[in-house]
Amino acid sequence: MENAAIYAQASWFQATARQRVAGLLDPNSFTEFLGPSERVQSPHLHLFDLPSAFDDGVVIGRGKLDGEDVLVAAQEGQFMGGTFAEVSGAKMVGLVRAARDHKNLSQIILLLLDSGGVRLQEANAGELVVAELMRAIVQARSAGVAVIALVGGKAGAFGGAGLTAATCSRIAVSEQGRIAVSGPEVIETNKGVEEFDSKNKALVWSTDGGKNRRLIGGADAFAEDSMEGFRAAAKALLTHVPAFDLRTMQAEHKRLAERQENFGACDDAVSMWRILSIKNPEAIRDMDSKDFAALASSIKEANHDAR
Amino acid sequence: MLTLKFRHTAKRRLSGKQDTAIIGVVASGNLEVLLERVLPGAECEVDIATPITGYDETWKAVIDEFVERFSPGGLRISVNDGGARPDTVFLRLMQGCALMEEV
Repeated sequence: MENAAIYAQASWFQATARQRVAGLLDPNSFTEFLGPSERVQSPHLHLFDLPSAFDDGVVIGRGKLDGEDVLVAAQEGQFMGGTFAEVSGAKMVGLVRAARDHKNLSQIILLLLDSGGVRLQEANAGELVVAELMRAIVQARSAGVAVIALVGGKAGAFGGAGLTAATCSRIAVSEQGRIAVSGPEVIETNKGVEEFDSKNKALVWSTDGGKNRRLIGGADAFAEDSMEGFRAAAKALLTHVPAFDLRTMQAEHKRLAERQENFGACDDAVSMWRILSIKNPEAIRDMDSKDFAALASSIKEANHDAR
Repeated sequence: MLTLKFRHTAKRRLSGKQDTAIIGVVASGNLEVLLERVLPGAECEVDIATPITGYDETWKAVIDEFVERFSPGGLRISVNDGGARPDTVFLRLMQGCALMEEV
C-alpha cells in the first residue's frame, strides 16, 4: 500500500510509456494488444542501421480507470522521439477504428501522447498515418467515442502529435507538457530568430508549455506531473465530453477565431496572460499546480463547451 | 546492425510464474530487454541487436557473468540496444529476472 502511494506520486514526465499505462489505470487491469512478444516492429529501421523496439514505441490495449473500461494508446517518447511511423501509427489507428466500429468495446480512448512528430526514416508512412489517425479520431467521435489526449512527456506533442491532440474530445496537459505543431527550432529556422528564439528556454516553455496552453484554451485540464495527477485529470474530463456535432464545430471555430483576434499581436505568453486580465501574470510561471489549476478554472477562455 | 547470440546451460531453471517481461527502452545509453520463458530445462539464449560494433568481448563477459550469477534457465532473452554501458546492461538483465520471478 505504501509503495502504491509513492508510485501514484511518481513523475509522469520521467516515466516510460509502460510505467504511465500502469500508473494511470487501475492496478493489474491492463491487457496489451500486440505486445512485445509478438515483435510487431518497424520493417525500415534496420535499413538505417538503427535499433528497433519490440513494440515500435507504442503500447496499446484495454484496462480500467476507476472501474470503467477504457482503451489506451501510449507513445514512448524516449524511443526515436516517440515518433509516428508505419507500425507505431498503425497500432494507434487500429485501436481508434476498433472503438469506432465495435460498440461492445469501450467507447473511451485515452491517448498518452509523447512525440516530436513523424519519424523521419519513415516519413511518408508517418505523414500518412497521422492523417489516418486524425480521420479515425473524428469518425470515432462522430460515432460517440470519447477521445482524451494526455500530454506531459519529454517529447511533448509536436507535429503529428500536436495535430492529433487538436482532434481529440478533450486535452489534459501538465506544466512540463508542450503542445504545438512546429517545434521552436523549426519556427526559428524558417522564420528567423526574431520570430521565435528557440535558445530562449523561458520563452519556449512559457509559450508552448502546459500553463499557457491551459490558460488560452489549448488544453481543457491541468494535471499535476504525477500518475495520480493525470488519473484525476482524465476522470474529470470524462465527465464533460462534448457531443461531436455541428453546434460544437461552430462553437470551436468561433473560439479559435476569438483566440486569434485576442492574442494574434502578442509576442510572448505574459502579454497574453495580461489580456486575460490575470492580476500578476509574471507570477504564473512559479505558481504551484493546485493554485494554477484553480486560477485556470476561473478564466473564461480556458473553459468552454467547444472542441 | 551487429547481432550476437549466446547459448548457455544455466545451473537451474529460473523460479517464478511470469511467462514474459519487458524492461527498459531503446534510447541513447539505454536498452530494451524482453524475457520469455519458452526454453526447456535450464537452457538459456541471449540474442542481442546493437548498432555499436567492436564490443563483442564485453557483451560476452557481461552475459557470462549474468548467467553465472542469476541462473536464468528456461529463458529466451532478446535485447535491443541503444548503446548502453555494460553496467546498465547488467542492471536491466537483473531487473528483467526480478520481474520474471514474481509469482
